[in-house]
Amino acid sequence: MTTKPAAVEQALVLDTEHIRADFPALHQEVHGKPLVYLDNAATTQKPRAVIDAVRSFYERDCANIHRGVHALSQRATVAFEQARTTVKKHLGAADSREIVFTRGATESINLVAASFVRPRLQAGDEVLISTMEHHSNIVPWQLLCEERGAHLKVIPIDDNGDVILDEYEKLLSDRTRIVGIVHVSNALGTVNPVRQMVEMAHARGVPVLVDGAQAVPHLTVDVRELGCDFYVFSGHKVYGPTGIGVLYGKRAHLLKMVPYQGGGDMILSVTFAKTTFNEPPHRFEAGTPNIEGAIGLATALVYVDGFGMDAVAAHEDELLSRATAAVLEVPGVRLIGTARRKASVLSFVMEGIHPHDIGTILDAEGVAVRAGHHCAQPVMARYGVSATVRASFGLYNRPEEIGALVEGLHRVREVFG
Amino acid sequence: MSDLRELYQEVILDHNRRPRNCYVMDCATRTADGHNPLCGDTVKVYLRIEDGIIEEISFQGHGCAICTASTSLMTESVKGKTVTEAKEIFEGFHDMLTGVAAEQGVELGKLQVFEGVREYPVRVKCATLAWHTLNAAMNGNDDEKVTTE
Repeated sequence: MTTKPAAVEQALVLDTEHIRADFPALHQEVHGKPLVYLDNAATTQKPRAVIDAVRSFYERDCANIHRGVHALSQRATVAFEQARTTVKKHLGAADSREIVFTRGATESINLVAASFVRPRLQAGDEVLISTMEHHSNIVPWQLLCEERGAHLKVIPIDDNGDVILDEYEKLLSDRTRIVGIVHVSNALGTVNPVRQMVEMAHARGVPVLVDGAQAVPHLTVDVRELGCDFYVFSGHKVYGPTGIGVLYGKRAHLLKMVPYQGGGDMILSVTFAKTTFNEPPHRFEAGTPNIEGAIGLATALVYVDGFGMDAVAAHEDELLSRATAAVLEVPGVRLIGTARRKASVLSFVMEGIHPHDIGTILDAEGVAVRAGHHCAQPVMARYGVSATVRASFGLYNRPEEIGALVEGLHRVREVFG
Repeated sequence: MSDLRELYQEVILDHNRRPRNCYVMDCATRTADGHNPLCGDTVKVYLRIEDGIIEEISFQGHGCAICTASTSLMTESVKGKTVTEAKEIFEGFHDMLTGVAAEQGVELGKLQVFEGVREYPVRVKCATLAWHTLNAAMNGNDDEKVTTE
């Protein structure tokens, strides 16, 4: 989308009335007002299908996986491995064995840092990330660089919130061991030109990890088209349960990687003298995993694929376009993040009024937004603010809710005179 | 939820717009830095304590209306008080916000305007950040960064 006010409103793609019927949590009042949930970048509400899938696992199929010979264990194992196949298809991966289940995007990044980058990171080497990374794609690298005497380099962004590709090109050096780049910024909404950035890194022989936590819920993602080496996301931001996430890794990489954690399920044989590790992805899934989480996540992906991610993206782009125009009509509003291409996220500040106060007043009106630094303090510093208000849209949001947001902002101005 | 006006009372809005004692004090005898990692609010409190009396107090920082007004009103309420008295006011203020032993008899005066914050649990830390920072400064923990966590 463009961030300029749309001249003509496009028709909305999704039938939100039917979709909203699938989400029990949306039908409630907050402080006596109907809930307007615009905090989807933090987490999404869950459709009935996901809630039922998790419930059904516990009511019928609850057993441990990969070991039992009994019926329940076999059903649970099949469901868990089918979930892996569903994720593979959703991401356009070549092979289910490239899908590792983790606790979330954060753990996936930590896994790559520990098992892929750490063994090859020498003193003086470099890790390259961007200014707009979430703390989860900063801190694991910082810890690793500190341990290894390596350097964390940062790709600058321009005032709109686009990465400066010329600077990126210059920062790619023969000491760069990995590039970590966010696909869609949670703080600015920027959709990064990931495919191009991967090509540029690969031209130098540098592998790339893409943080897709905010992209998977809002865009069609095809890891083979992007060409990235690793892609990570969290289930709960794409209408699935919390505590489940995914690491996609090219099979050639995963096969060479050392284990992340030791324990059950990640081994082939154990003696006190030597342990033989299991093949990927099991090598990286020590201990009993979040079985119902994986099943719930797969159900969520099937749910969104029922609409088609292109349709979801078009629907949300139209909402974002209308919301951007509407919010800019409110006096004193300044957008933080006006990138060429954006998805779902509308981040802004109001002159003289702190985002937390705005958040509290909007909450009193039933409007749930995020107010804060969005776990992206370096990008807040880049814009010289300590916090922003962030409204973020999901597939169930409708134009009336933009109206409620704008009314809420006028109420903020009233309270603050 | 109670009315927003209970939270954003006129006194609070006024102190947010025009914070009192908001300057860098060159002759401070004690300082402390406070930080709320959840929202990024920061405050630095400067004290000039002579013979156990807070002769001068000022602050710098940035935060929400509740945080800024609370800091501003705090400086007014403890100026000229002894360190012991200031600590008693802090305790009384803290008790009011957490709903503990509300009628213990500490004279809170204008600070009563923050009573409404009690209804907004996530905002209580906004109102107490400055006080925790003041407390650290009075205790002489200059090097210790105060956080609300």
